[in-house]
Amino acid sequence: MKINKKLCMRCGGCVGVCPNLALDLLNGVELIYNEEKCVKCRICETFCPVGAIKFENAGGEVQ
Amino acid sequence: MIDDEYDAVVIGAGPSGSNAAKAAAERGIKVLLIEKRQEIGAPKRCGEGISARGLKELGIDPNPRWALNEIMGVHIYAPNGKRVSVRYKEVGGYVIERKMFDKFLAMEAARAGAKVVAKAQATGLIIEDGFVRGVKIRWLDEDIEVRCKVVIAADGVESQVARWAGINSVHKPKDIDSAFQYEMVVDLDEPDMLELYFGNKIAPRGYVWIFPKGKDVANVGIGIGGDIKDKTAKKLLDRFIKNHEKLKRGSIIEVNSGGVPVGKPLERLVSNGLMVVGDAAHQVNAIHGGGVYEGSIAGRIAGEVCAKAIEKGDVSEKSLREYEIRWREKRGEALMRIYKLRQAIELLSDEDLNMLADNLTGEDIVELTKGKRFEKLINVLMKKPELIEVAQKLL
Repeated sequence: MKINKKLCMRCGGCVGVCPNLALDLLNGVELIYNEEKCVKCRICETFCPVGAIKFENAGGEVQ
Repeated sequence: MIDDEYDAVVIGAGPSGSNAAKAAAERGIKVLLIEKRQEIGAPKRCGEGISARGLKELGIDPNPRWALNEIMGVHIYAPNGKRVSVRYKEVGGYVIERKMFDKFLAMEAARAGAKVVAKAQATGLIIEDGFVRGVKIRWLDEDIEVRCKVVIAADGVESQVARWAGINSVHKPKDIDSAFQYEMVVDLDEPDMLELYFGNKIAPRGYVWIFPKGKDVANVGIGIGGDIKDKTAKKLLDRFIKNHEKLKRGSIIEVNSGGVPVGKPLERLVSNGLMVVGDAAHQVNAIHGGGVYEGSIAGRIAGEVCAKAIEKGDVSEKSLREYEIRWREKRGEALMRIYKLRQAIELLSDEDLNMLADNLTGEDIVELTKGKRFEKLINVLMKKPELIEVAQKLL
């Protein structure tokens, strides 16, 4: 998973939809991604209002 | 700066958290209100509209420092461009400056006796014997532990606190809008009118809003279904602006995005030593996505019940449930009706929405967003045999 930091607005929407607490918005300024917790459901990728999240290897456990 | 022990810790200084902290502190208990961001109220994730009635009910006098613009009505545009309007006889609402409004509410909490600290993030809960007994906090670069009797989770859309305590507050993608917004300097025809644009091509399962903040400044935004693939809120808003005669010549002075919960309230709002309020509890109007009023009301009830529970020395789930019961009595049923309405409206095509614009008045639509006048909508839907099923969802 890649976060386009130039596009990312640090809005935290992805944190709110992540079913497994794999994302966190540290002090509201830094988006942290924890790959170990990520189940690759790609909900965050679909949700991101600006399209800043991209999963490179399509496939896997895609919903 | 931050003590080792408080009666209550409120996490998140949005309207819900600040109102909860204020209500609790006013009853004489020792309250800490923390906000992870370095500036309370910014960045906003909001259209910034609030009804005059809502403010009045909250007992808040509109202050020109944050109540920037008086709103006298709404223009609603159907997918085919047909305009349905409503004009009020007196001020119907305000477009506010959230940056100032949220700070004002946090200041009110501080004046009531709560300790307010910005750039302090909750990183975990202290849970002992099945009770929440404190919060791990990172304040600037310092890690501290604060013990308390009750934690009020007001941590908004990106809610994690409730989840740490076993209450699943995650937003289902279909129940949260993906939103994007510009603050623009723009030539406005009627700066006292809100504008809303509907249509599955314009904003699938949502709408575009133009909320004037002054004679030539507006909050211009879009919300779309959070599970809509291959389209982003930003791209759709940019396309709308490009096709809009006046907006396309406007300037951008601020950019924001965010999640706007439009689901139904959580079924469980409390556990031992924990209360959940506001966006974190999904306490929002599912039709327009507004949460300032809803969160403030919930926060106040939670703050009162929290103080009462601490006074009587019982912060068990059973004791804190008084908040849940009182809140449901006041807002629960209305919000569930509005949620049902959204589920029905989402099934409609652009053609159906055009038909509604031909058969409903502006007043009807405004009342519908409050969970009222469903009969009128049902009657209109029943006219088309293929929409009877949708109408039945509203019964």
